[in-house]
Amino acid sequence: MINNTQSKGSAIKGIIGTKLGMTQVFDANNKVVPVTVVSAGPCVVTQVRTVEKDGYQAIQLAFGAIDPRKVSKPEAGHFAKAGVTPRKDVAELRTSNAAAYQVGQELRADVFAAGEIIDASGISLGKGSAGVMKRHNFSGFGAAHGVDRKHRTSGSIGNRTTPGRVFKGKRMMGRMGVEKVTVQNLSIHSVDPVANTILIKGAIPGAIGATVFIRSASKFAISETITKAGA
Amino acid sequence: MNVLDAVDSASLRSDIPNFRAGDELKVHVRVIEGSKSRIQVFQGVVIGRQGSGVRETFNIRKISYGVGVERIFPVHAPVIEKIELVRKGDVRRAKLYFLRDLRGKAAKIKEKRGGDDLAAAYSTTTTSILDEVKPVVAEATVEAVVENTDAQTTEA
Repeated sequence: MINNTQSKGSAIKGIIGTKLGMTQVFDANNKVVPVTVVSAGPCVVTQVRTVEKDGYQAIQLAFGAIDPRKVSKPEAGHFAKAGVTPRKDVAELRTSNAAAYQVGQELRADVFAAGEIIDASGISLGKGSAGVMKRHNFSGFGAAHGVDRKHRTSGSIGNRTTPGRVFKGKRMMGRMGVEKVTVQNLSIHSVDPVANTILIKGAIPGAIGATVFIRSASKFAISETITKAGA
Repeated sequence: MNVLDAVDSASLRSDIPNFRAGDELKVHVRVIEGSKSRIQVFQGVVIGRQGSGVRETFNIRKISYGVGVERIFPVHAPVIEKIELVRKGDVRRAKLYFLRDLRGKAAKIKEKRGGDDLAAAYSTTTTSILDEVKPVVAEATVEAVVENTDAQTTEA
């Protein structure tokens, strides 16, 4: 399940999809554009949250087939209430025009159009146990000048008797990747409503075949709201 | 990568002749200056091809006013109006980077002789050229020439 945190207050659109991989296409100026192909949806609206009932406006999207036996009873009941078959992933999208959606409504790639600015979220590739240089962009030590077997290590991790311990949260080596990553302000190169695919300019997080969440760019939406308020 | 074949197929061109390293080509490049579009011919020897599918590029080299000039084109680039095969070269390597160190007669590549496929290679090119001539005016609104193929000079 992808947890969604983003700005509220604007008519943000979104869709869950599968990352199919990257390729390149030529644009109108004959320039090569690197694109990520996302098979978008079809998603179904399983819940509409309202200010009266929930205190905020949002829609809940569900995506992907799943064996109904694998769904817990509370979840099965939730999907049954929406009148849809059980789905693999569920995400909530906070949007100011949640009232425009109905429960059971299907969303496809054509919610977006070419040229729109979006944010894309996914689960990043696992890097395993990684050192501080790869994991936290530490500088390490020099290759020469007398550095002895300490080329890729961190420096000191603390002081002496005072405080006599290493502070919590000290950045060290450890498991890296497999976390939610959002790339902001990507643009949509094109949308194919027939094949139900979206071509996004640039790379997005996640392995090929992974579930990704695409929604209108948060920062873009905020600036739009500010401009509207000022006018 | 089969999933993306449908996306790539839109960009792939079928009118490109078969050519390999050592072949001499005339590449007709569409150059757009302001609102005008014209064709510029880059004639030289292919010194290598790399990649596959829509990502495939070739490196073509010529000597211009005594200076070696190499350009890298995507094989399927829309800026290429047409490709003319001038002559097939007789070479035994896929990458002819050694040409960069050679001058004059030493840098000359022998023409490939004989073989039925050879005649076929030349003939298919010429027919496709005739089919391929398109009106240039239609492209006039496009603003700038953009190639990811920067010409690079390799020697002084």
